[in-house]
Amino acid sequence: MTTNAAATAAVSPQEWPSLLEAAAREVFELMLGCQLKQAAEARDERLEFTSMVGLAGQLCGVLSVHCNSQGATLMASKMLNIAPDKVGPQRDDALGEVCNMIAGNFKNKIPGLSEGCLLSPPTVITGNDYSMHSLGGSRSVQVGMAFDTLPLVISLEVNG
Amino acid sequence: MTSIRALIVDDSSVMRKIVERSLRQAGIELASVLEAGNGAEALSALESNPVDLILCDINMPVMDGMEFVKKLPGVPNAKGVPVVMITTEGSESHVAEALSHGARGYIRKPFTSDQVREQILPILAARS
Repeated sequence: MTTNAAATAAVSPQEWPSLLEAAAREVFELMLGCQLKQAAEARDERLEFTSMVGLAGQLCGVLSVHCNSQGATLMASKMLNIAPDKVGPQRDDALGEVCNMIAGNFKNKIPGLSEGCLLSPPTVITGNDYSMHSLGGSRSVQVGMAFDTLPLVISLEVNG
Repeated sequence: MTSIRALIVDDSSVMRKIVERSLRQAGIELASVLEAGNGAEALSALESNPVDLILCDINMPVMDGMEFVKKLPGVPNAKGVPVVMITTEGSESHVAEALSHGARGYIRKPFTSDQVREQILPILAARS
């Protein structure tokens, strides 16, 4: 994983958390019709749903969205405008698409990055008995939010 | 405006439903909605189904949206049918490439129904 100097020069990595948060807020407001809130406090909770989108090009790494089963179901419910108990296999699809849109929205907020960074299709993992290892020394940014009181964590791992 | 037949191409079934809902919220009356999970499925659907509007994602497996729009001129049921790209890929080069291959509009995800209305109504009005 590598970070291109042009991308990091445009926006300092210190600004990434606020850009990630803004990207996520916009996706939830526009596509789910709800507002994310600041997480009240760090919760020591295992979030068993993870969606990941790879970034390649000027910025290389992985953007991931973590939530619990309730959170993933509620996302699909709001996106499809159906009751949570009617959500079926669309749950993973919805979580993947949310991650995809946050990743796209994030890179479009960094001047020059929308041209020089491509996204992979999203991957959704359920369960939490896994470890992720990035190649090379990686820089990690994590933003904790509350989605209708449910925990939501957005992570960005890049080299640098 | 008369009701139209739409083809929505996206590998996410959730996103296809959102696009359909956004069209209705934008005041576009839909006579029918055809769905496809990638460009190849969309080409196959077009063989036996004429449509009035195509909304298409770019990043999809099997055949992506750019490849799909490049193939449309050879499809009888797609002749003169406007294509609007709806995608997370928001770069100027993507927009330019899509437009150069015949797409008539470009909507970036996430989007509002107002953006859908602003992009699509003029395209449909020009066609009718």
